[in-house]
Amino acid sequence: MKLPLTSEVLSNPALVSDLNLADWDVLVRQARRAGLLARLAETLKGSEWEASVPRQVRWHLEADHVLAERQKIAVRWEVSQIREALAELDAPVILLKGAAYVMAGLPAARGRLFSDVDILVPFEKINQAEAALMLAGWHAQAEDAYDERYYRQWMHEIPPMQHIRRGSVVDMHHAILPRTARYHPDPLKLRAAAVPVEGTPGLFVLQPVDMVLHAACHLFHDGELPHGLRDLSDMDLLLRHFGRDENFWVALPRRAAELELTRPLFYALRYTRHFFGTPVPKTVDDALQKAAPPLLMLMDKLFYRALGPEHDSYRDSFSRLARFTAYIRAHWLRMPPLMLVRHLLHKALISRKEAPT
Amino acid sequence: MRLKDLSDKALRKQLRGEGLGFSSGPFSIRVRSDVDSVAEGLKQLYGNFELNKTDFNDFNVGLFRPYGIRHWVAPQVDFYIDGYRPFRPLPLDQAYPMLEWGLNWCISNFANHLFIIHAAVVEKNGFAAILPAPPGSGKSTLCAGLVLSGWRLLSDELTLIDPKTGLICPLSRPVSLKNQSIPLIREFSSEAFINRVSHDTAKGTVAHLRPPQDSVLRQQELARPGWVIFPKWQKDAEAKLIPRSQAQTFIYLAQNAFNYSQLGERAFAAGTELIRQCDCYDFTYHALSDAIRMFDTLAEGKKGIT
Repeated sequence: MKLPLTSEVLSNPALVSDLNLADWDVLVRQARRAGLLARLAETLKGSEWEASVPRQVRWHLEADHVLAERQKIAVRWEVSQIREALAELDAPVILLKGAAYVMAGLPAARGRLFSDVDILVPFEKINQAEAALMLAGWHAQAEDAYDERYYRQWMHEIPPMQHIRRGSVVDMHHAILPRTARYHPDPLKLRAAAVPVEGTPGLFVLQPVDMVLHAACHLFHDGELPHGLRDLSDMDLLLRHFGRDENFWVALPRRAAELELTRPLFYALRYTRHFFGTPVPKTVDDALQKAAPPLLMLMDKLFYRALGPEHDSYRDSFSRLARFTAYIRAHWLRMPPLMLVRHLLHKALISRKEAPT
Repeated sequence: MRLKDLSDKALRKQLRGEGLGFSSGPFSIRVRSDVDSVAEGLKQLYGNFELNKTDFNDFNVGLFRPYGIRHWVAPQVDFYIDGYRPFRPLPLDQAYPMLEWGLNWCISNFANHLFIIHAAVVEKNGFAAILPAPPGSGKSTLCAGLVLSGWRLLSDELTLIDPKTGLICPLSRPVSLKNQSIPLIREFSSEAFINRVSHDTAKGTVAHLRPPQDSVLRQQELARPGWVIFPKWQKDAEAKLIPRSQAQTFIYLAQNAFNYSQLGERAFAAGTELIRQCDCYDFTYHALSDAIRMFDTLAEGKKGIT
């Protein structure tokens, strides 16, 4: 299967000078569906290739650039509000994913769009933290009683908490994988190695290797597939940035073994390399050889499709089945079989979309 | 070539095949559909639009009937943008309004290079009157009455402000009419063409008024903001304009914009600049003809200002 145009252009922006209008029509839509239009915009803005963007296409890039810039300001504000709300909590607050990339000033923040702020707090502090966030205006929004139980009893997070006035959403985690999942990376180890965010006392982010491992396990074990390509692109930027330090590559496979996350790391490196050409030293490949899954060829077929943009331009007769299988696989890893059947039935019968106005 | 120059057969074939391309204001749109009422609605309401063929479209949308049981029993229609469906399907009878609502959704969600206010907007003598108001205030009826009386239609729903210039971009498309305003506008003007009604939608009975030819021909001509007027239809009320505070008007616009929070400072700057140039009024009226006379007087007052 050919690579999606979006990942080709992101890893080699010079390609845009060869695109015709029909290519741009595909690129803009693919990138938007993948949540990468803003990243594309920021990659091209101010670059030598900006001038090759056709006139008709420019507003699409500008519109998402505006959105991403504004979201960055909003995320900083939300983080400051969360920090204030949790000031009395006798535990470090660790930012995860997008908010961490922004606050730590990492390249993965480039053109990153957000739907929520993810934080990690100790399990025994969850109730206290929830109460504190409630006082500040955030309320847990479970869809129904099942949803409530699903989160509280089985998951590694409580239901998303939405702010009553600003509408912003906080996802509060106490671990990085569900309690019912196959693997249990110890959150204590992650917390112990967290690093403070410069200039904002009380706030932490995961150390570089853990940040990559969390992104990998989130994508490959938590079923976050609709944002698959964006998450891979985040990882590509993280790996290129942290990977300038040789020690990072030594520590990465070791830490993966320690946290029982070698399989997701294997996948993450394999598919960032496939989609974005991420440079990975051979020593790391060698160290992870044993983590390769059986039926690797089949997994490739599956993930090439399930991780690409969900758009007509990147679809073949196997895509639907691949996405479905990947969805079931992620859930399979999240919970035991009976619980899974029940959960999927509930989601199939209850899930709803909004109506147009 | 204009849309109305296509034969019914050619129109349907194009909608089922590569799609029908046209521009509305700053946007190029390509519609594909296998629904007859969509073909009919487009022919009746977009007849004066020039067809264009470009490899890059701002919005590629589709309206298709689902396969399976819903094709035959209580038939439905799905709205597609870029190959996915952001909404639940609607009854087939609402296919045409779904196209218009879907396009509004696309524009208000994606066009964040513009500051977009939820308001009707019409122009005369180079100045635009922005009519924000809650549903049920008679905003669409007044907008329809004005554009059938010599005002140029810029939009009945989405006021598009370019933050770089402060000017308003037209988005001439059919005017959505609801419930009692459908017979009212039919009676008001013999020139008004209103397409077939769809019943029992989320907004009640709806139909669309064809945009006047002049508004379609001049859809690239930008307008300067002149007034922000909050219309309110009141039984037996005399047509009356009451000046209102600019600050309060600004706050209302910010709260009723589609993307104020997404644009942040840009929206604040564009909004304050807009208000600075506008006279702001509350407007109550009963008879549409009195309302139009009053608007014409306002427009006379700005005539010749450049």
